[in-house]
Amino acid sequence: MTLNRLPSAFARAAEEGRAALVTFVTGGDPSPADTDAVLDALVEGGADVIELGMPFTDPIADGPAIQAANLRALDAGISTAGIFGIASAFRKRHPHVPLVLMGYANPMTIRGADWFAEECKSAGVDGVICVDIPPEEDDQLGPALRKAEVSLIRLATPTTDAARLPAVLEGASGFLYYVSVAGITGLQQAAQDSIDAAVAKLKAATDLPVVVGFGVRTPEQAAAIGSVAHGVVVGSAIVELVGKHGTQAAGPVRDYVASLRAALNAKEKAA
Amino acid sequence: MTAATILPNSLRSLPDERGHFGQFGGRYVAETLMPLILDLEREYRAAKQDPAFKAEFDGLMTHYVGRPSPLYYAERLTAYYRAKAPAGMGAKIYFKREELNHTGAHKINNCIGQILLAIRMGKTRIIAETGAGQHGVATATVCARFGLPCTIFMGAKDIERQQPNVFRMKLLGAEVRPVTSGSQSLKDAMNEALRDWVATVHDTFYIIGTAAGPHPYPELVRDFQSVIGTETREQILKAEGRLPDLLIAAVGGGSNAIGLFHPFLDDTDVAMIGTEAAGHGIDTDKHAASLTGGKPGILHGNKTYLLQDEDGQITEAHSISAGLDYPGIGPEHSWLHESGRVEYLPVTDREALDAFQLCSLQEGIIPALESAHALAALETKAQQLREDQIIVVNVSGRGDKDIYTVASAMGATI
Repeated sequence: MTLNRLPSAFARAAEEGRAALVTFVTGGDPSPADTDAVLDALVEGGADVIELGMPFTDPIADGPAIQAANLRALDAGISTAGIFGIASAFRKRHPHVPLVLMGYANPMTIRGADWFAEECKSAGVDGVICVDIPPEEDDQLGPALRKAEVSLIRLATPTTDAARLPAVLEGASGFLYYVSVAGITGLQQAAQDSIDAAVAKLKAATDLPVVVGFGVRTPEQAAAIGSVAHGVVVGSAIVELVGKHGTQAAGPVRDYVASLRAALNAKEKAA
Repeated sequence: MTAATILPNSLRSLPDERGHFGQFGGRYVAETLMPLILDLEREYRAAKQDPAFKAEFDGLMTHYVGRPSPLYYAERLTAYYRAKAPAGMGAKIYFKREELNHTGAHKINNCIGQILLAIRMGKTRIIAETGAGQHGVATATVCARFGLPCTIFMGAKDIERQQPNVFRMKLLGAEVRPVTSGSQSLKDAMNEALRDWVATVHDTFYIIGTAAGPHPYPELVRDFQSVIGTETREQILKAEGRLPDLLIAAVGGGSNAIGLFHPFLDDTDVAMIGTEAAGHGIDTDKHAASLTGGKPGILHGNKTYLLQDEDGQITEAHSISAGLDYPGIGPEHSWLHESGRVEYLPVTDREALDAFQLCSLQEGIIPALESAHALAALETKAQQLREDQIIVVNVSGRGDKDIYTVASAMGATI
């Protein structure tokens, strides 16, 4: 049953004739106790899939907004046990909303990949995105996740060429995350033309839902991407709201997410 | 650039084709960088086979860097330790004089090799991280020499304690970009360089300064730095007719140490000691001894020993030497540590400062604080070996850049 939350979320969005809305926040930000309310705000705003960032001291793929969120969360005392506590509590409150952990290799593998995969499974985590384990090093995490039936979500980028794509897709599940810009999170956005072309190629190569992220901020951008991809990821813009509003972030986050979701819904009406 | 035949059971045959040294090393990078890392590996393999590449590298080593660097018999230091040792004890001490290289440290060896690779790959912009500033200066130097624009990422804390090197980099035309995140030292400079690289892969080459990072960096940095050990081997055979009994080098990331050690790894009679920066002591939380005080983990593209907490969060390193102030170590050192081939000893700030002053007074050579960590091991090791035995210490850099730090530690004002 745990395996079905991601596919059914994408299927539901597809039935409604729209792209799925995937939202990211950093776990433990602004504090471990305040993350629950932020996650609930994402769901209430209409997110279909939740990415929960596992903080790391050295987030090399992240721009200033998510770097700062990582440090806020760590300073506020978040731990790996705390992240799994947040995930378990989320699963109890929201039995059907897919939850994906996103982070870096060291915190995920330090106690052993099997330990991590089992913790994911028992906390009701549906998938894992590990930024710095490419297919070449899959044995560090992939086999353990597959054994625990937790999806391993891989990243494709503008530098992933046709020769390399099959290796990226091998052993991937859940969805394929297309990083639309060569760069770090939250800064520039890719030209829509280049996204259209890349998504078309990826769709031709896999049956997994193709989800596009990095640099998506406005409802208009989300709608434009949603017109070609199966899903859109918004992260840094939400994390900035959490950074700005702190313990009072739930309201602004809910309103912002709702505006993204409305833009994706509007596409449904137009179609 | 050694091309000698390597036996199948050799300690010199690693990494494997995936870039692993046992469980260490590898390619833990974001997908955006993977195609470039694979490109770099292909290009490096081709360059290694290309006589023109080797000729250009060797020519620059001779005429630009000033190689070979001397192997110098440190007569007074030898006598100093013999005077303290029991009769018949006190090894003959040689220095490998990497501090006499152009730019004042071993770092230039690697930078020459990597900039030739960058040019070969058609890259038009260079980035690098630096701690003490030695690698930054060496990178800025080769960029000036070859006319390529260069950006050096340097922790704000390091900029403050290494002002002379910052100014040197600027004189050489480099942009020095201060890094204010995290501990504001070498680790964070490397984070920021990687963040730049991921957005600029199309035209930018990252000259990593130590034998760490994703494969093939640990291998190619080691190969370029192996000129140190290869020369030492020839020089000691000529001077003494035999190989040394002990090699000593300081280890931060570990490029000067692996450069000295690697050509000797299969010589089982040659013992090796790498000295790690123990800061205020390894029983405190202010040190940079990742082998002695850390455990295996993944950071900056490779699996290696790291200073970290039980959740895998990286903890801040400390050393009086900015070049050793890093919470990790090159993956080949992690492997040599676990296999027992090399012994790694912690050396405190205090011990390094004492060795810094002793070497200056006894030999008229002001060593870099990094190299002083290697010299400090002589305090116990010199008298444990007999008078007919030989120690080679890698004096990897000169200490002019450190005089402000040392003066402040000694309570002197400049």
